[in-house]
Amino acid sequence: MAVGLEHYLTVAAILFALGLFGIFLNRRNVIIILMSIELMLLAVNINLVAFSVFLQDLVGQIFAMLVLTVAAAEAAIGLAILVVFYRNRASISVEDINQMKG
Amino acid sequence: MSELPIMGPALPEIFLAIAVMGLMMVGVFVKPDRALPLVSALAIAVLLVAGALIAAGGGGYQLAFGDLFVVDRFAVFMKLLVIAGSVLAIIMSEGFIRREGMDRFEYPVLICLATLGMLMMVSANDLIALYIGLELQSLSLYVTASLQRDRLRSTEAGLKYFVLGALSSGMLLYGASLIYGFGGTTEFGALAAHFGELESVPVGVITGIVFLVAGLAFKVSAVPFHMWTPDVYEGAPTPVTAFFAVAPKIAAMALLLRVMMGPFGGMVGEWFQIIWFVSAASMVLGAFAAIPQTNIKRLMAYSSIGHVGYALIGLAAGTEEGVTGILIYMAIYLVMNVGTFACILSMKVKGRMVEQISDLAGLAKTKPAMAAALLIFMFSMAGIPPMAGFFGKLYVFRAAINAELYTLAVIGALASVVSAFYYLRIVKVMYFDEPAEAFDPVETRGLKAIIGVAGVIVLAFIFYPSLLADNAAVAAVSLLQG
Repeated sequence: MAVGLEHYLTVAAILFALGLFGIFLNRRNVIIILMSIELMLLAVNINLVAFSVFLQDLVGQIFAMLVLTVAAAEAAIGLAILVVFYRNRASISVEDINQMKG
Repeated sequence: MSELPIMGPALPEIFLAIAVMGLMMVGVFVKPDRALPLVSALAIAVLLVAGALIAAGGGGYQLAFGDLFVVDRFAVFMKLLVIAGSVLAIIMSEGFIRREGMDRFEYPVLICLATLGMLMMVSANDLIALYIGLELQSLSLYVTASLQRDRLRSTEAGLKYFVLGALSSGMLLYGASLIYGFGGTTEFGALAAHFGELESVPVGVITGIVFLVAGLAFKVSAVPFHMWTPDVYEGAPTPVTAFFAVAPKIAAMALLLRVMMGPFGGMVGEWFQIIWFVSAASMVLGAFAAIPQTNIKRLMAYSSIGHVGYALIGLAAGTEEGVTGILIYMAIYLVMNVGTFACILSMKVKGRMVEQISDLAGLAKTKPAMAAALLIFMFSMAGIPPMAGFFGKLYVFRAAINAELYTLAVIGALASVVSAFYYLRIVKVMYFDEPAEAFDPVETRGLKAIIGVAGVIVLAFIFYPSLLADNAAVAAVSLLQG
């Protein structure tokens, strides 16, 4: 069986859904949320690279490189905010992010 | 050797990018106690120069960086609004950041970086440029939200904003990847041409559009992606909230307009229902959820959700008149919001900032001028006729009627009646309740000037509506014709 475009898209869709559910269903730890966000961005990268090969067009791979770069910056800022939050709250449990209702 | 790409049309952005680097150096090498005032003043100057460059560049249709970047009259109009919002936000924060322990020079630098991201968003002509501009703006905003790093509320607001913002970026990117895959390109013009030739739209593209709209709806805080807004508005330092309420909203709205009317302009029928629902739900939620609020920043958050709903009526109409309506609405929204937040920022009760609506009790007796200004802004937000806010609603509702969206226009009118309740309650508290505590005046000259000018604009708009309306109409034409 040849591995075609649809297989890559399916894997990416599953990874993306896992990331999405990881954010909403996880009740324990903010770090897991950060990991889920990374998972979503990597799913997008699989999509982009698969399309790039399928279309014989380099733009998708350039896009994927830029997504990787921005994902690194995003992780850095997210962890920095998390550290600042931890200093004030002494916890990074999702249940403890509850100062404001809503 | 290959030629350099055309860069001229992006001159204001290039200038701003280099100048921000300079500002950072100034902040580092100047004595710590002088850094903030100096960098703030320089940041305002830099933003004004960038604004002047944008205005001087004119509005002819120009592409740059291999079609990644576009300048037209629509971009110029929106960019000038964004710059105005950013400059006013820096001026408004002057007193607050000194008193409340966030006097670090990074604040104006971050505002400038966020502004740069917004300018890129407004001018994006490609999915890649769209994403990079959006992320530059978002990453700067996450940090500004948690800038009061020793306060739990501020850091919690930053964390919530980050998690939900990153989620929305992920959804937007997933949508962009699908559109790239099924459209074969990321450039808006080529996408429009490609989709124009198709007999029927592939499911992949529809899915992509849904994800893209979901991501952008997060950024303009439209229902059902609004849940971050009240918490972030309440937790973030007040001047930062004032900034969040105007500039990023305008930039994201510009981006939404450019994407929907550009590459997907030919398939209005496919996405019209999504925008219709988002608009109606935002108006209704903005009207009803604000009623039980006691915190004025939370109330402003729901109010801004409602206003985004009204503005989106124009996009649901999908016509030139609708786009004109959105542009006018966003400009008036900027003035009203800046005025209201300037009022909130100029008062202190019992040694803390005014945050509860009940803190405003008896303001008319203790500070009549401030109460009168806030009265004008509240009437305008509610859309009561002589004020500017009424005309904003009038233009979008008229577009909806002409596009035969009667249901949406009726929902909008009813929602604005309901929302009048909570705006008028603020007026009632100010004018008819007994004063509880004396107010400590903390207004700076900048805040006074902003309140005065915003009040005059809101009142005088009725005499010169064509000043704004004509420019907005020209901008709308340039967006639709390309």
